[in-house]
Amino acid sequence: MAFTLYSLLQAALLCVNAIAVLHEERFLKNIGWGTDQGIGGFGEEPGIKSQLMNLIRSVRTVMRVPLIIINSITIVLLLLFG
Amino acid sequence: MAYHSGYGAHGSKHRARAAPEPPPLFDDTSGGYSSQPGGYPAPGADVAFNVNHLLGDPMANIATAYGISIASQGKDMVHKELHRFVSVNKLKYFFTVDTAYVAKKLGLLVFPYTHQNWEVQYSRDMPLPPRKDLNAPDLYIPTMAFITYVLLAGMALGIQKRFSPEVLGLCASTALVWVVMEVLALLLGLYLATVRSELSTFHLLAYSGYKYVGMILSVLTGLLFGSDGYYVALAWTSSALMYFIVRSLRTAALGPDTIGGPGPRKHLQLYLTLGAAAFQPLIIYWLTFHLVR
Repeated sequence: MAFTLYSLLQAALLCVNAIAVLHEERFLKNIGWGTDQGIGGFGEEPGIKSQLMNLIRSVRTVMRVPLIIINSITIVLLLLFG
Repeated sequence: MAYHSGYGAHGSKHRARAAPEPPPLFDDTSGGYSSQPGGYPAPGADVAFNVNHLLGDPMANIATAYGISIASQGKDMVHKELHRFVSVNKLKYFFTVDTAYVAKKLGLLVFPYTHQNWEVQYSRDMPLPPRKDLNAPDLYIPTMAFITYVLLAGMALGIQKRFSPEVLGLCASTALVWVVMEVLALLLGLYLATVRSELSTFHLLAYSGYKYVGMILSVLTGLLFGSDGYYVALAWTSSALMYFIVRSLRTAALGPDTIGGPGPRKHLQLYLTLGAAAFQPLIIYWLTFHLVR
């Protein structure tokens, strides 16, 4: 399994895209991962599930706009250079 | 003929700058040139040669000055951008090593079983630099070990007659990608388990990079003693590295966290440490077995 840095970037882009397409209302609420369903008060211990939900929500919020730009650039580059 | 002698004189002039005595092959033409500056049978070649010779030195000076200014501008720009992402002071902490520390740390990586005290010592809330504390992680050994691993991989492939320069770059980038993935996985694990510890990204990078020492030793033993030596060295360095990682990460991750830590968190941290330790032999094997056949 020989990796290049380019394949790492591609894999990272695909993973972030995968996180970004998880729809809040249609999907996450149905499996109980919506962001208004989790947090059980202000105790010290968030637990893995709420940490994961926080992570998904923050990734989606932060990376929405940059992902549009990066995806467009990647599509154009792949069309031009294969 | 004059053209050839002009070129020969040009070559000998440059050679005269580099070495005091020109080789006897060019003696005639250099003597001919210096004795007849103007009376050349082919004035076209002479003019061309003169123009080239006149512009040679000032042009080189101008180009050098321009290059130096461009390089310093580029360096400033790189520094500015780098300071935005990586705090250089924190990075410098990891490189303050000396020879005694490196020797003792390498010995510790190979034989950690007799070391008693694994705590990182602090002085006024700041962790001591590696020069003064054996338990502090550093980035010098992982960096050097990574470079040595890449060179050793090239040599091992050359011994098996499978070498080409692209393979070297591929090996280096593969190892780098695995390190990045491991550091990301560890960061994700630490975030999910809400471990609030001193472990920054560079600490994790350092602990990930220590496996390269084990890889180098395994590959060397494999090259010297064949396949059996490779497996023996692999087993030894894997167990030593696993012990080292478990001891170091347990004290590092649990350090400021002993304020009545709840049960499941301790379990998560333990699983994380054990997972990180168990991953090491796998990756050592994966990255080196194709070098020792």
